[in-house]
Amino acid sequence: MTPGDTIRPPGPIVIDIENITKHYVMGEETVHALRGVTLRIHRNEYLAIMGPSGSGKSTLMNMLGCLDTPSSGRYEFNGKDVSAMDDDELAAIRNREIGFVFQTFNLLPRSTSLRNVELPLIYAGIDPVTREEMAAQALHDVGLGERMQHKPNELSGGQRQRVAIARALVNNPSIILADEPTGNLDSKTGEEIMALLETLYQAGNTIILVTHEAAIAAHARRTVFLRDGLVESDRTAALVPTESLAVP
Amino acid sequence: MKRLLYELSESWKIALAQMQANKTRSMLTALGVIIGIVAVTLMGTAITGIQSGFDKSMSIIGEDVLYVEQFPWARVPDWWNYRARKKIKTEYAETLNRMIAASPNSNLLIAVPTSNILRNVKYADSQVSNIIVLGTTVDFPLVSTVDTTEGRFYNEMEAKSGANVCLIGYDVADALFPSGSPIDKFVQINGNPFKVIGVGARQGSFLGLFSLDSIVTVPLVAFERYFSAKTDTDIRVKVKDKNQLEDAKDELTGLMRRVRALAPEKKNDFNINEQQAFKSTLDPVKNSIAIAGLFITGLSLFVGAIGIMNITFVSVKERTKEIGTRKALGARRRTILLQFLIESTALCVLGGVIGLTFSYLVCFGLGFALPSFPIQFSFGLVVISMIVSVMTGLISGFAPAWSASRLDPVTALRYE
Repeated sequence: MTPGDTIRPPGPIVIDIENITKHYVMGEETVHALRGVTLRIHRNEYLAIMGPSGSGKSTLMNMLGCLDTPSSGRYEFNGKDVSAMDDDELAAIRNREIGFVFQTFNLLPRSTSLRNVELPLIYAGIDPVTREEMAAQALHDVGLGERMQHKPNELSGGQRQRVAIARALVNNPSIILADEPTGNLDSKTGEEIMALLETLYQAGNTIILVTHEAAIAAHARRTVFLRDGLVESDRTAALVPTESLAVP
Repeated sequence: MKRLLYELSESWKIALAQMQANKTRSMLTALGVIIGIVAVTLMGTAITGIQSGFDKSMSIIGEDVLYVEQFPWARVPDWWNYRARKKIKTEYAETLNRMIAASPNSNLLIAVPTSNILRNVKYADSQVSNIIVLGTTVDFPLVSTVDTTEGRFYNEMEAKSGANVCLIGYDVADALFPSGSPIDKFVQINGNPFKVIGVGARQGSFLGLFSLDSIVTVPLVAFERYFSAKTDTDIRVKVKDKNQLEDAKDELTGLMRRVRALAPEKKNDFNINEQQAFKSTLDPVKNSIAIAGLFITGLSLFVGAIGIMNITFVSVKERTKEIGTRKALGARRRTILLQFLIESTALCVLGGVIGLTFSYLVCFGLGFALPSFPIQFSFGLVVISMIVSVMTGLISGFAPAWSASRLDPVTALRYE
């Protein structure tokens, strides 16, 4: 597929990050994971965050996903300042605004696909009947309408990731945050998942992809490249030159 | 509010699924609680059993009866002063009754003399030793509980004439007449024949207090004919209104001083005893048995609670990644806290239910095999032990649940 041929016009700003830093104290040492990152993400974008290990991309992803707060700098999500929110306020933002897709799927092993997809709706306080309808619809949307009563161990890797994507979609979030979504899949299944994400993008979702694989990042319309805790490059709608990817 | 409800029902489902997935582990952990609950509830049944036995004994004494005696019921340090007192005589009862009859506003109803001595009782080849032989008048049923399983109490004729008739206690009847009815048979009391006219109903003999089961009651006139030395005599006085016991006691003291012809400066040379005095001596004993018993059995429940706490910690550790996922999907601290609290509580409730069932069966079996064993299973006990189970679950689950709720989502998600 050739990205760039179907760029959807960007909408209002969803994520507005200005000069954020993050440092961890590890024993005697202080690790500066982010040294001042400024980033603006609009609705309807399909963005990839790339970078080698230790570049700070995981830390940035945790920030974007409201799983963690920055040490300094400003972070506004849909106009709301999240940098000073407490745990429960962040949980509410994650619940309503962010759909997570993890490398390891992170499904509850003993629950059916349907129950897994229902989970964010439970935390949102939606009644059981609506919950089930919404979850069934989301599973249908990712092509798993027939697998609703299966448990994760009865599904293939690709199907599991589809359940996870359905779970990310079900609350109709502002962004879908996918962390190495194909990392645990073979390349063919990985391509299927990427095709699904493309469909979701075309359907109007905002997707942020975190990956160290150029081939995966190539699906996005915009690529932010991190190195040593700083944004090295930020390119829109262009193929990323493979030689710039220093994969360890 | 609605969300809390959904979260709660979700937590219950998770808890049940978790127990199903780890059957052995859950059962072993619950076993600790089961043992604890069994110990505590059995102790509870024993305590209520003791209490009801105690109450029964107390009702035999009667709460509206005053006992005029040489010694007080409470323990006294200077017992020798009491030993020197003049003995109580059965004749006092008649005098007292005359005085009561003479004052229409009296708080007292009737005085009944009783006299007793320890004697052997024989029938054919069987003998029971050291039986309390009690001599009293026909009014005795007014001041004491006299229920008969067979026959009757003696009538006025028999009492006045001092007929050789007797009412034997349940245990005496049981020992001397293992088969067949004792009625109209002659027992030998100290070699003197007495005809059995009644058998007392079983009173129970908890702590051996005041049980009429091993007593033989005979008319006072007959009693005095055969036994004169070494008898103990007291006068039992029934009061009109048990709410005015103190007034009645004062009145009786005054009457007794007149009977004894005591000068105003002299101290009382008799004691007026009542149930309350007895209760105040026995209550501390009973309470310390209860407290010590509950404390010791409570320890076993405590050990069970530690087991629950331990397994909940393990569960939190094992499911760190799941906690991370749930937090990423929007679970708040409260949600995670509730989830693990409910898991530990569900285990405790499971243990509690099994433990209670077991206790109930034990009580049922014991009650069947040993009817005199003081044990009593009550509905209140069920409620209390269920509350205890839930509390155990909440308390033992709190520390692990709290630590789970405080997990940092980033760290939890990365945990392998």
